[in-house]
Amino acid sequence: MPRLSYRRALTRALADEMTRDESVFLLGEDIRVAAAGVTTGLLKKFGPERVLDTPLSEQAFTSFATGAALAGARPVIEFQIPSLLFLVFEQIVNHAHKFPLMTGGQCAVPVTYLVPGSGSRTGWAGQHSDHPYSLFAHVGVTTVVPATPADAYGLLVSAIRCDDPVVVFAPAGALDVRDDVTDLAPVPLGRGIVRRPGADVTVVAVGHLVHDALAVADELAGQVSVEVFDPRTLYPFDWDGLLDSVSRTGRLVVVDDSNRSCGIAGEIIATVVERVALAAPPRRVTRPDGAVLPFAPALDRAVQPGRDQLTAAIQLTCKDG
Amino acid sequence: MTGPDPVGLYRTVRLIRRFEERAIALVDAGEIVGGIHPYLGQEGVAAGVCAALRPADLVTGTHRGHGHVLAKGADPARMLAELCGRVTGLNRGRGGSMHAADFGVGVLGANAIVGAAGAILTGAVWARRRRGDDVVGATFFGDGAVNEGMLLEAFNLAALWRVPVLFVCENNGYATTMPVEGAVAGTIAGRAAAFGMPATAVDGQDPEKVREVTAAAVARMRAGGGPELVEARTYRFDAHHTFEHRVRLDYRPPEEVAAARLRDPVLIQGARLPAEARAAVDAEVEATLAAAVDFALAGPAPDSATALDHLYASGLTARTGGG
Ligand SMILES: Cc1ncc(C[n+]2csc(CCOP(=O)(O)OP(=O)(O)O)c2C)c(N)n1
Ligand SMILES: [Mg+2]
Repeated sequence: MPRLSYRRALTRALADEMTRDESVFLLGEDIRVAAAGVTTGLLKKFGPERVLDTPLSEQAFTSFATGAALAGARPVIEFQIPSLLFLVFEQIVNHAHKFPLMTGGQCAVPVTYLVPGSGSRTGWAGQHSDHPYSLFAHVGVTTVVPATPADAYGLLVSAIRCDDPVVVFAPAGALDVRDDVTDLAPVPLGRGIVRRPGADVTVVAVGHLVHDALAVADELAGQVSVEVFDPRTLYPFDWDGLLDSVSRTGRLVVVDDSNRSCGIAGEIIATVVERVALAAPPRRVTRPDGAVLPFAPALDRAVQPGRDQLTAAIQLTCKDG
Repeated sequence: MTGPDPVGLYRTVRLIRRFEERAIALVDAGEIVGGIHPYLGQEGVAAGVCAALRPADLVTGTHRGHGHVLAKGADPARMLAELCGRVTGLNRGRGGSMHAADFGVGVLGANAIVGAAGAILTGAVWARRRRGDDVVGATFFGDGAVNEGMLLEAFNLAALWRVPVLFVCENNGYATTMPVEGAVAGTIAGRAAAFGMPATAVDGQDPEKVREVTAAAVARMRAGGGPELVEARTYRFDAHHTFEHRVRLDYRPPEEVAAARLRDPVLIQGARLPAEARAAVDAEVEATLAAAVDFALAGPAPDSATALDHLYASGLTARTGGG
């Protein structure tokens, strides 16, 4: 069975969509030589007209992509650093996202923003380690955080085909995951998946943290039966899928690499408690409020949600109520 | 029509002038909420530039954008209905004054964020040409926008990739209350020069001169030239925004305003027409606008149940905010 890496799954998705649809093109910094290891081989296959190396002008090339989309193209932008999304937040939110409504439906803005290596990349410190997916969920831009190679492929394909802007976070902590993948297929946006069935508690884990949640669930097997729910898309969220799980388990823990205040974990918990009477208070494991990831590896790790914290949260939730 | 057309040019400046006067009256009457940024005094720029473009060419406008949208050919009745927030408006009442758009005539929107539209237009023109369409674009912005990094980045991208976009700076001397001398180090043309873009200054009060300069630049662009900049020196005759009609802000000497008003683009272009021709255009414009006001005010207000319509082109529906 072929082993596929997460990174190569992204490459395959780009190549397949570029082959399928002439209007798809890529732009970004140092993508012709594939400095991030995602666009490998695409220059050779599709030529410089469809693989554009840009100057370091994130704001202009983000809006350039908006304009190209308004004119019928399907641009995919690769961002070198997750924090660059702060620089182009205005261009994505104020223009790409708002154009369809503001124009009364005269246009669509099908741009994909791909962020390979989001979150901590150990040793890259404060300005390279953010994971701002909750911001995009907050403003209502479709936001996906695939955890596995198959989902990396399937969600990137669906993002490119979507008629709205979509941000694809490919967490640094998941980029080196390899899986046996038999068939690659589009994964619908807005559909979560139960990664591991369980009876006592639902753990919602985002992106690379899905792997941590699965490991913790294994460790706790025998003590607690943990169901791991991977939402895959954070906006629009698969509320039906999650509510189905929580209705069965009656308990909820969320592990999320956002800062605590206004992070997606807060929204997940709020929505669940609006709809389901839980057997115990829900818990969340997140980055701290206002987190800036410090450089030293031990400090960097200390600020990210960890397996020990998740284990403790699950145990407390199961003891309560 | 890209050759000289004195009657056509006069019709456009006169239409914009009277449209704006009508719109201000509708602001005063409470029919247009939120007010407008009047284009009065600058009509020659939009009219001159758009007269040198073809219907398929693309433009983006600004917060002071009514002139750009009308000059490119949008229906004044649907434009006015948009300002009044009616479903019959260009944007079905979802955009209003600062976001009026008419993709059907190549207007990819007025844009309320200063300096933001240049990059959008550059991408749109690039994508259309890549598909083989023979189009160029013009993006309007004020003197305030030349200090926005994203516009300067767009200059660089357009010049680097030789995208035929005309960057039209409407230098009306002020960004809200900030005089251009207090805000621009170097010169506006100098910013173009830094990116290897040709820049031409033109008297923005003369619609015919603006048309000529634009036509020449557009001809060079269609022949394979890269982007260019036109600095149209102009003046806004009225307020930055209609709120200034209620709150007096002291930043322009009255003598300066009075002197500038003597160079009126509508009068300058009107003087080029025989009196009867001018009167005929005036009557035609009045009739168009009378019908436009009727159309605008007769249009139904949107149903509040449709407030989130068009939020997503993909058909996604958003959760509503209720408890
Ligand atoms: C990026 C940005 N900053 C500030 C504003 C608020 N604002 C709206 S219009 C304006 C002045 C713009 O001046 P200029 O570009 O010269 O255009 P003019 O109003 O003179 O037509 C300002 C500051 C804005 N809309 N966008
Ligand atoms: Mg100005």
